[in-house]
Amino acid sequence: MREDYTYVVLADDDEDDRLFFIEAFEELKIQTKVEVYKDGIELMCALNQPEAVLPNILFLDLNMPKKSGLECLIEIKENNRFKDIAIAIYSTSASEEDIENTFVQGANIYIKKPSAFNDLKKILSDVVTINWQYHTNGLNKDNFLLRL
Amino acid sequence: MKIFIKFDFTQFCSRILDEKLDELNIKYRMLNFGEIEFLEIVSPEKLKAFDLILKQYGIEKIENQKVILVQKIKDSLIDMVFNADDTNNVKSSVYLSEKLGHSYGYLANLFSEVTYTSIENFVILQRIEYAKSLITNTDFSLTEIAFKLQYSSVAHLSTQFKNTTGITPTTFQRIIAKRRSLKNTKE
Repeated sequence: MREDYTYVVLADDDEDDRLFFIEAFEELKIQTKVEVYKDGIELMCALNQPEAVLPNILFLDLNMPKKSGLECLIEIKENNRFKDIAIAIYSTSASEEDIENTFVQGANIYIKKPSAFNDLKKILSDVVTINWQYHTNGLNKDNFLLRL
Repeated sequence: MKIFIKFDFTQFCSRILDEKLDELNIKYRMLNFGEIEFLEIVSPEKLKAFDLILKQYGIEKIENQKVILVQKIKDSLIDMVFNADDTNNVKSSVYLSEKLGHSYGYLANLFSEVTYTSIENFVILQRIEYAKSLITNTDFSLTEIAFKLQYSSVAHLSTQFKNTTGITPTTFQRIIAKRRSLKNTKE
């Protein structure tokens, strides 16, 4: 039974950010499977497939063309099928307003994109570890708020 | 009259597993014989139900001894955090090694290996989670919560809360309250 890996998905329109993201996960101690999409429409299409395997953690860039991260977040939170996915906002913005608003809309994690690759690795490792704690210890996901 | 039958154990067991997993609505994939991959997060309640059903057929989930011991460590620590009043401030290291009959060093290493986190971090996370549930579900003030969880001061609780979650207890409280009112307006 392979239950010991974390499945993560990222939607981000910036190609470099997507590459850094994949690379950072490759170097982590925890086993992960990573999938990336280049915008909100592509992401929602994939998630809405009836047979889709849902990620444990979904990282959303806030500013994306066509469909923004916030729109995806609201859509996901309205659908009960997605209730077990932990949502991480992954954004260049650090405005208190964005942060609080996305938390109120149901995001679990808010990450300000770091500029250094090593910081990114540390942050993603923290996110996966803490999410793993919530998952394996049956903690209340409604109270899962994390800002990094 | 006598008849003779022949079994195909592999087919028999696979069939039972298929049926029971479908009954419980668990998405899965059969790997090699005796190995099942769950394709979604399965709640502990469902897993328990699955275990119970399988027991009736003499099928048992194989558990790793290490995993069992780690679960015992977790249970003990959670017990310690939630019943902080009766344990009289015993240090977690002393408490664990006495209760489980292994040295603390051994337990700590095993714990990190299996859970990717340390015993200390686990205790902090549990305490903060307990504080969160008290903040959202009771009228206790932060001072009362700090006292209940045996923090030396509110400042200590707030600092650890902020270090663990990135937000202050007050912000946390505000976000949860806003979430609730947003939910109410939607319904």
